[in-house]
Amino acid sequence: MASIFQGIGAATSLSSSTLFDSKKLQLCSRRSLSERKTSFVVVRAAGAKMDGGSSGIGGRADQLVTNAVATKADTPAAAAAASKPGHELLLFEALREGLEEEMERDARVCVMGEDVGHYGGSYKVTKGLAPKYGDLRVLDTPIAENSFTGMGIGAAMMGLRPIIEGMNMGFLLLAFNQISNNCGMLHYTSGGQFKIPVVIRGPGGVGRQLGAEHSQRLESYFQSIPGIQMVACSTPYNAKGLMKAAIRSDNPVILFEHVLLYNLKETIPDEEYVLNLEEAEMVRPGEHVTILTYSRMRYHVMQAAKTLVNKGYDPEVIDIRSLKPFDLHTIGNSIKKTHRVLIVEECMRTGGIGASLTAAISENFHDYLDAPIVCLSSQDVPTPYAGTLEEWTVVQPPQIVAAVEQLCR
Amino acid sequence: MASSSLKKSKNFIFYNLNLKSKFLIPDRTSAITNSLFHHRLLHSISSPPSPPVPKYASYSQLNSAIFELACLRRRLHSTTSVSNDISQLAVEPTSHQVLDFPGGKVKFTQKLIFTSNSTEERVHCYRVLDENGQPFTDIDSSLKISKELAVQMYTNMVTLEVMDTIFYESQRQGRISFYATTTGEEAINIASAAALDSKDFVFPQYREPGVLLWRGFTLQEFANQLFGNKYEYGKGRQMPIHYGSRKHNYITVASTVATQIPHAVGAAYSLKMENQDSCVITYFGDGGTSTADFHAAMNFAAVMEVPVIFFCRNNGWAISTPVDEQFRSDGVVVKGKAYGVPSIRIDGNDALAIYNAVNEARKMAIKEQTPVLIEALTYRAGHHTTSDDSTRYRSTDEIERWRGDQNPVKRFRKWIESKGWWNDVAESEYRSSIRKQVAQAIQVAERIEKPPVAEMFNDVYDIPPKNLKEQEVFVRKTVKKHTEDYPSDVPL
Repeated sequence: MASIFQGIGAATSLSSSTLFDSKKLQLCSRRSLSERKTSFVVVRAAGAKMDGGSSGIGGRADQLVTNAVATKADTPAAAAAASKPGHELLLFEALREGLEEEMERDARVCVMGEDVGHYGGSYKVTKGLAPKYGDLRVLDTPIAENSFTGMGIGAAMMGLRPIIEGMNMGFLLLAFNQISNNCGMLHYTSGGQFKIPVVIRGPGGVGRQLGAEHSQRLESYFQSIPGIQMVACSTPYNAKGLMKAAIRSDNPVILFEHVLLYNLKETIPDEEYVLNLEEAEMVRPGEHVTILTYSRMRYHVMQAAKTLVNKGYDPEVIDIRSLKPFDLHTIGNSIKKTHRVLIVEECMRTGGIGASLTAAISENFHDYLDAPIVCLSSQDVPTPYAGTLEEWTVVQPPQIVAAVEQLCR
Repeated sequence: MASSSLKKSKNFIFYNLNLKSKFLIPDRTSAITNSLFHHRLLHSISSPPSPPVPKYASYSQLNSAIFELACLRRRLHSTTSVSNDISQLAVEPTSHQVLDFPGGKVKFTQKLIFTSNSTEERVHCYRVLDENGQPFTDIDSSLKISKELAVQMYTNMVTLEVMDTIFYESQRQGRISFYATTTGEEAINIASAAALDSKDFVFPQYREPGVLLWRGFTLQEFANQLFGNKYEYGKGRQMPIHYGSRKHNYITVASTVATQIPHAVGAAYSLKMENQDSCVITYFGDGGTSTADFHAAMNFAAVMEVPVIFFCRNNGWAISTPVDEQFRSDGVVVKGKAYGVPSIRIDGNDALAIYNAVNEARKMAIKEQTPVLIEALTYRAGHHTTSDDSTRYRSTDEIERWRGDQNPVKRFRKWIESKGWWNDVAESEYRSSIRKQVAQAIQVAERIEKPPVAEMFNDVYDIPPKNLKEQEVFVRKTVKKHTEDYPSDVPL
């Protein structure tokens, strides 16, 4: 087991020290994996988590898979992921697979949420787990988000690793007190005596006419809370990898899924892999403009990218994945290359992820910018129910194309 | 099945009623029977079940047919269902008098009665010692307290009392920034801790330092936390009195009210998952029972059947809000029943009552895997905290009264002295010794240096991420540049 993680150098969000000898990790040559020279010292003797943003694994995610294959003892050494057949599944199945693998691996992992048990979860992410692991380990809770989040925190302090599912991210607003005041803080205020390795996950974002209350983008509300990490998945591949990484992390992690992405289909590797929580994903390398996005907007951006390519532009698309902390390393390197930034998000204009990202980029990479940062977000309105109006609150590909054209003038 | 014989009997009744005049048209005997019957029925439905047989028997002479029916019924169901049936039929025919709703069988009634918002008498309060520290002669003496345990409990209560006084004063003198006393609740703190096992996890509110004291937290450790020096386990990050100690199984106090209650339920859930022979206890005040977290946690604990003791310190005041402005129920104990949690009300100023009750609750919680609610009635004899002056909202007479004979320390002292285990000499010696120790602890803690700046950035995550490292560098640079504007006792 240790050898796998040695290979996946940057996947060191696996901070559980029981997994591997952290000293070994220090020796592992991340340099061999990264395309860029990294100058960060990333591993402390006491723990094993990498600095946010310094995980210079860079490059393509399938490099991870390659290494996983190469170092795993019982599989034949294979040069590339392409040689392995993989299996096709939908995003919610990928999440379930990741969850199931972790539950199998560590008996302390448990799930709690509304209708997660025999109903299998409202989006079927936990389907089949309750019959397999029992009612106690896959726990159906009464409707009180503040309390079952609190329960998860209490259980985590005692050594369990709970995954708390919000049926819809918006419901977690009820749990804000517990998430902010206790989840994020108790490790700190207790002087490091009690840790809270919870994963809080659920679907969020604007769906298909779910109404204003069920179309919340919680990442903008939670991003200020100290002590938590936030990641957003967008493909079955990264969904499974991030789920596994989040469960193994000793920090509280909030995993944002999107209601409309659950039925995405993709072929993912058969062998085990874990992704880095603090790393962004390079979706499409390019030269003219850096487009930063995450979750569902990735697909709108990619659609716009097709049009842009036809028009002669070469956009670089990065799925930032890690919402807190930002992977400023990957983002920075992209900006240094293209000098133009477009942020496409689903959050509202005021106080969203885009707003914070704009500030972070301005602060750190101001000298590299040839044009002001453009941020496309939803308007500051509650999401309307009417389908046409709802469509207009979300950033659409034509807007993205227009923005790039404007930016690259 | 029952329903078919019911039907038969119903038809029989119906037939009989039809034979006689209708309910509303006076046939003297039947009207009387029916109306009297009706009256009886109403009475038996709305009040706790009483054996209905004698009543019906007296009416049997009036209406033998109905009586026979009643006999038939009795063999099948309780006779109250007969009453239901007859009265229902008398008004309007229905096919069932009991219905299997989701959640269980429910009997119907025709009486439009609302349950009262209060009972005539409040739930009784369990007490072992009277005001003079004498046990009531007819107490259940199944629990023997040894001399060692009693003296240990008493001395801990005295330590807590002395510690509170001196630390409070030190805040007043400006040596520490904040403090909250436990005055009046020493018995709750010590006796409940004594009844627990050291591996039972404690989820405190903030008025339970005595539990830590019982488990071996030293006066120096208390003082270190209050001064926020580099030896305190919280590394100087929290306010005074926000103690926490992993090795004593005492979760760090958080300022948020009642958030620890769902934590406790989650912890009990983990005990249940791992099949451990221990329980969890959580403390909260009367004010805390108004929060959403309390209600949902109680509900969860009952549904999940987890071993947690909910200990409510009903001390009459939530800062300046008295209990009658906090809730209108009969205190907190009645809420247990609403959630399906076994509960008890105890005298929170009676150390032995607390000890017995917690001991029993613990056994129940572990053996039957059930939550238990204990409401301890007591009085917050001190101010809410050093930021409060309670004489602004309550009379000094009231405060003095509770510091008098009801004072838990005094009452317990009377008991152990009556047993010959304690005396005045021991008292004054002990108190003066503790006073010295506390003063010493303060002096030592005051002089120890504060945690270094690095501790401001550690433990936010398991390893500080890049942005925090940058922020730390920035802070250090700023402090170095403007040393005169920053405290000199915080090392860099």
